[in-house]
Amino acid sequence: MDPLNAIVAFANFVMLPAVAYGSQLALGALGVTMIYGILRFSNFAHGDTMAFGAMATIFSTWWLQAMGVTLGPFPTALLALPAGIAATAVFVLLTDRLVYRFYREQKSAPVILVIVSMGVMFVTNGLVRFVIGVDEQRFADGARFIITAREFKELTGLKEGLAIKSTAMLTVVVAIIVVVLLFWFLNRTRTGKSMRAFSDNEDLALLSGINPERVVMITWIIVAALATIAGVLYGLDKSFKPFNYFQLLLPIFASAIVGGLGNPIGAIAGGFVIAFSEVTITYAFKKVAGYLIPAWEPQGLVQLLSTDYKFAVSFAILIVVLLFRPTGLFRGKAL
Amino acid sequence: MTLKPRDMTLFLVVFALIAATGFLQSWNVALGILNMGLVSAIMALGVNMQWGYAGLFNIGVMGFLALGGLATVIISKPPVVEAWDAGGPRVIFALLVGTAAIVAAILAWKRIPAGKARAPALVAILVVGFFVYRWLFDPAVAAIEAVSPARAGNLGGLGLPVLVAWPVGALLAAGAAWVVGKTALGLRSDYLAIATLGISEIIIAVLKNEDWLSRGVKNVSGLPRPVPYEIDLQNSERFVERVSGFGFDPVTASTITVKLAYAGLFLAVLLLLLWLAQAALNSPWGRMMRAIRDNEVAAEAMGKDVTARHLQVFVLGSAVCGLAGAMMTTLDGQLTPSSYQPLRFTFLIWVMVIVGGSGNNFGAVLGGMLIWYLWVMVEPLGVALIGGITSGMPDGFWLKEHLLETAAHMRLLTMGLILLLVLRFSPRGLIPER
Repeated sequence: MDPLNAIVAFANFVMLPAVAYGSQLALGALGVTMIYGILRFSNFAHGDTMAFGAMATIFSTWWLQAMGVTLGPFPTALLALPAGIAATAVFVLLTDRLVYRFYREQKSAPVILVIVSMGVMFVTNGLVRFVIGVDEQRFADGARFIITAREFKELTGLKEGLAIKSTAMLTVVVAIIVVVLLFWFLNRTRTGKSMRAFSDNEDLALLSGINPERVVMITWIIVAALATIAGVLYGLDKSFKPFNYFQLLLPIFASAIVGGLGNPIGAIAGGFVIAFSEVTITYAFKKVAGYLIPAWEPQGLVQLLSTDYKFAVSFAILIVVLLFRPTGLFRGKAL
Repeated sequence: MTLKPRDMTLFLVVFALIAATGFLQSWNVALGILNMGLVSAIMALGVNMQWGYAGLFNIGVMGFLALGGLATVIISKPPVVEAWDAGGPRVIFALLVGTAAIVAAILAWKRIPAGKARAPALVAILVVGFFVYRWLFDPAVAAIEAVSPARAGNLGGLGLPVLVAWPVGALLAAGAAWVVGKTALGLRSDYLAIATLGISEIIIAVLKNEDWLSRGVKNVSGLPRPVPYEIDLQNSERFVERVSGFGFDPVTASTITVKLAYAGLFLAVLLLLLWLAQAALNSPWGRMMRAIRDNEVAAEAMGKDVTARHLQVFVLGSAVCGLAGAMMTTLDGQLTPSSYQPLRFTFLIWVMVIVGGSGNNFGAVLGGMLIWYLWVMVEPLGVALIGGITSGMPDGFWLKEHLLETAAHMRLLTMGLILLLVLRFSPRGLIPER
């Protein structure tokens, strides 16, 4: 029985990856939930907006790297982030002006807007592939690890190593900063309050003189920032591949719905619920079990589901929540 | 409803486009487009039943198509006898146990009165069921996959004629749709969309990973055909004599004959389905469906069971998609799970329905054929266009290299633009509903 090593192994292979992945999902789900709360439709183009933001940031990163600018131990992409956000904000505002605004003025049914967002998804996806190609791009630089497995072993004398990837740590720190800023904005500033009012009751908000177009514009800018940050963090942590972002759509929507569509706190909680269940259920617990019960030599990998079925996990949680609590864990908008 | 002269013209335009490809390029290419266009038209018919008749938002078309593809393998491949002996019955028994556990859990939830005992009982049934299932399932799968993995490694199929697989594909898809519909219908429309998106990803994951069933990423090739093989035609003296009499080259003639035979089969299925769909749409049932779509509350007040009708039309539409999936796999002659991409097999079908005219069966058929034609032709056109733009740039210039390399991705961009333009300027599609 060796609980310490078991805990370290568990932390290394389940906790840390799940926390990083959860932060990425939470940021993505926040974007989806904001669009849903203010503009009142499910935005299927969100995954590809993330890819667009990451792409814009990658180009600025390459430009900075070519100029010889780096951030030392931190990835240069952090410095390039504002440029990426600006480019993405321009792009989504353009799609709003050219595409979505027309349907808003027509007061189209939400499902029409969803189909429209499908068209935007196609265009964005095609654009990203057209500009940067379909191949994998690596743009992470700086220190790879805060602490490597070997250093950890030497430091603690344990058999099991704990490697903390700097990108994982960065993901969590950036996500916390972004979420704090977002909540401060929504709860403390006049604009943020007007946005919440608009989301709660559109007619009442209009009567009290809130300018809807301004609210919509600010929402899109915030969503662009959230999507870009989420996309860049995901790309730094894993790698950038346009198709992967499209595939993130399902876990992101699952997070937003599980937490309660339209509820920001729910989106964050949902992101972590989905990430932790995905990683835990698809992790092979052979090593951990070996430390805990030395006498037991497991035959297989002690894995509940193979990693290829991680979609099935988010899907199963989604179904369970929909069946038993259709408004989500945190009471989103139920229409 | 009958076709107006304007609608007939649109159909003629599509056929003229395909014929032009035949005259300018080759009849082989043109017939290839026609065949896949006919299958696409059937897919679009299925989606149109769900969206056009009932307003159900299904974005899991890919999964239902893949189930149809799986049916072709299960029905038409000869069985791998050693694999069956190694673990066939045990796998089936394991699957039955797994299903039984889920059914038991549902029954427990319904029968046990709400209280402290219910949730633990439910969890216990599912956990025990899962472990028993894995205990039965894993060794059997290992045994099956060990049987000559390079050649087989799966159970094979029933060895029946491949045409039997078409209705079976429809049945498989209908079964999956029933399960999805039972859980997600009656909730908000976005939830059905996400649920179908999820189930389609899971179906593809199953096909990719369950080697014992579908050989996974190793693909199943050499599926039997409902039409003769080219090589047999070329070896048949009567065929060679006849086509030579008309002055055709026997090799080309044989490929064209095979494609024409497929086209005949597909056209027969399409016409039958179109007739059935039209009859259904114009029947009292069709009027009721549209009434429900246009105002659920009013329909419910008139005593219509909205959720049950939704489930019915959802299952029907998915079955049509499953049928089309089986036909497509038959046409390809192989099942390649990794080729199922949602943009191509779900969202493109949606573009077909919206562009053609949602709610109108003829519109769906037209959209299916037209959009398929564009999907095929946009790529060479894009490459030609980029080639024209870049012809002034010096060779080796980075922009030229990049543009030439990525020209192939023009497809998605073009399809998205078409969808957005149609939604904006002609939201009822080319052949509107009435």
